Amino acid sequence: MSEPSKQEMVVSVRTMEIITALLFLVFGFVVMTGSIKLGASWGSDGPQSGYFPFYISLIILLSSAVTLYQAVFQNKEKKQEAFVDKEPFRQVMAVFIPALVFILGVQLIGIYVSSAIYIAVFMVWLGKYAYWKAIAVGLGVSIALYVLFEVWFQVPLPRGTWFNPLGIVGVQ
Amino acid sequence: MEEINLLFQGFAVAMSPFNLMLMLVGVTLGVIIGVLPGLGGANGIAILLPLTFTMPPTSAIIMLSCIYWGALFGGAITSILFNIPGEPWSVATTFDGYPMARNGKAGAALTTAFTSSFVGAFFAIVMITFLAPLVAKFALQFGPPEFFAVYFLTFCSFVGMNKGSPFKVISAMMLGFALATVGMDTVTGQLRLTFGNHELMRGFDFLIAVIGLFGIGEILLSMEEGLSFSGATAKIRSQIVWETWKQLPKYWATSLRSCLIGCWMGITPGGATPASFMSYGVAKRVSKRGENFGKGEMEGIIAPETAAHAAGTAALLPMLSLGIPGSPTAAVLLGGLLIWGLQPGPLLFVEKPDFVWGLIASMYLGNLAGLFVVLTCVPLFASILRIPFSIIAPIIIVICAVGAYTVHNATFDVWLMMGFGVLGYIFKKLDYPMAPMVLALVLGDRAEDSFRQSMLMSQGSLEIFFSNYLVGSITALALGLLLWPLVGKLTKKKAVQAGNS
Repeated sequence: MSEPSKQEMVVSVRTMEIITALLFLVFGFVVMTGSIKLGASWGSDGPQSGYFPFYISLIILLSSAVTLYQAVFQNKEKKQEAFVDKEPFRQVMAVFIPALVFILGVQLIGIYVSSAIYIAVFMVWLGKYAYWKAIAVGLGVSIALYVLFEVWFQVPLPRGTWFNPLGIVGVQ
Repeated sequence: MEEINLLFQGFAVAMSPFNLMLMLVGVTLGVIIGVLPGLGGANGIAILLPLTFTMPPTSAIIMLSCIYWGALFGGAITSILFNIPGEPWSVATTFDGYPMARNGKAGAALTTAFTSSFVGAFFAIVMITFLAPLVAKFALQFGPPEFFAVYFLTFCSFVGMNKGSPFKVISAMMLGFALATVGMDTVTGQLRLTFGNHELMRGFDFLIAVIGLFGIGEILLSMEEGLSFSGATAKIRSQIVWETWKQLPKYWATSLRSCLIGCWMGITPGGATPASFMSYGVAKRVSKRGENFGKGEMEGIIAPETAAHAAGTAALLPMLSLGIPGSPTAAVLLGGLLIWGLQPGPLLFVEKPDFVWGLIASMYLGNLAGLFVVLTCVPLFASILRIPFSIIAPIIIVICAVGAYTVHNATFDVWLMMGFGVLGYIFKKLDYPMAPMVLALVLGDRAEDSFRQSMLMSQGSLEIFFSNYLVGSITALALGLLLWPLVGKLTKKKAVQAGNS
């Protein structure tokens, strides 16, 4: 970074543009090889399964190649432009990483218990709320979900593949 | 007038007490969704879709479309009181709405916004009432090549109307098409691009994409901005409403112009957001008090709000009559219709007139209900925004997870939703548009079917798309829009050269 900016940036817009365009290219190649394997030409009964995706992948490759070219050679001034600064990035991660843990929780122990824990922890950790308030909101939302979905609309929500905590209180 | 008769039959369907109750519930939910950051019309409806599975289709669509109207109204509340656009289409409303609220005229600003929204929506609904049946009748003659040409036109107009890089629009759109092909091939029954993965056999459902892109992505973005709400308080007294209504008629020209801009942008998939900006820009240029725009001018609220609502409503015209949604929210509604086994398109008007006209009638009633709800309950909705973000954010993520799970009862989809959330965050920051991607994901299969059928008809020759006047002119129009950015670039270069010399 040649120019000191007000805030430290994590990554520049230019770098992100290049990474995104490269990922598009990789995606295009994956789709292209996949559709060639399926058969991308004209079969006995008309166009084969890979016919349409093949052309789609071709357009992806072309358009993202242009985007890549523009990012690398034309829009060099975006090097100084921050895609995200350090502090906001920390904020984003503070939401994102707990959310991933929450979803892991949904898979393993079901949605009701993980939601209650997730909301309560989030409120205490980021919102600096008193424990009892956080626990009350967490439990409240979980119970509301249960009543709304399982009782009222009869749509079952995930119970947990590893352990079903609701089993303890006798709910199947 | 056949339409009027059918419309009155529609009112009879929509007026049942159960449906009227659903309207009120829908509008209220919609306003809440519109007010909350991270929940908008498209993903809000996507999340609530599973709750309507047990209802009869007409009631379900009435409730869902009312959520949409509510969300359109709700965006204005946060724009005016908090200077935070709850929805992208209400960004332009903040320009004059927030200054007006700061000058102590919050009540008048809100009344203006709601009334203009209602006028815009009403205009668009009248247009739908009379135009949609004609378009549908006309489209009954369409064969596969014509349908593909219309799809092509839809997608080309995204390229032509987007201000950013056309290549990014194309990349995002093609990503949507590619993801749509994953799973079972509808023609041959072959599995495609699943790479042996069982979870991918279901394919990528666009509802998951919508919840992730617009919901999770939006939460991540709001987090970055470090939201702190501080806003004007408002209570609308009936006296203010009357006084504002008395002033509104003198802006009839702005209203009418904004209605037309909105309808045009809604039918062609420009959408509500560009419509509101365009209308604001035009009003600023044309108005005698143009230099006061941005300081709290009533006209500056009328223009974007009318256009946004007209566009948001008009987006349902191609959805109903052709089966092509004009906006991501219309796409989600279309997804709902498909789930109930209703195939939107020209035949719907012939086969299910009760449903179509019930829906159209409910648009009139729903918007009226919306106007009533927002005018009376503003303080209540504004107080929702005072709930701190550290409570709202995890709750919205939980709701999104529930919404994503209930689409197919699969936890894998919840992971996918997070993936789409990251994608949405990056796309938003790098100016890759999300609407064309979502529409490509929705229409991918049908666009492909009509393309393959056309290719079968012509034995692989692209000339079929120019084989008669109808399909030829649609294709030509589409190609024109596709190449439009190129034309713009050339003329700009010339202008720069002329300026230099």
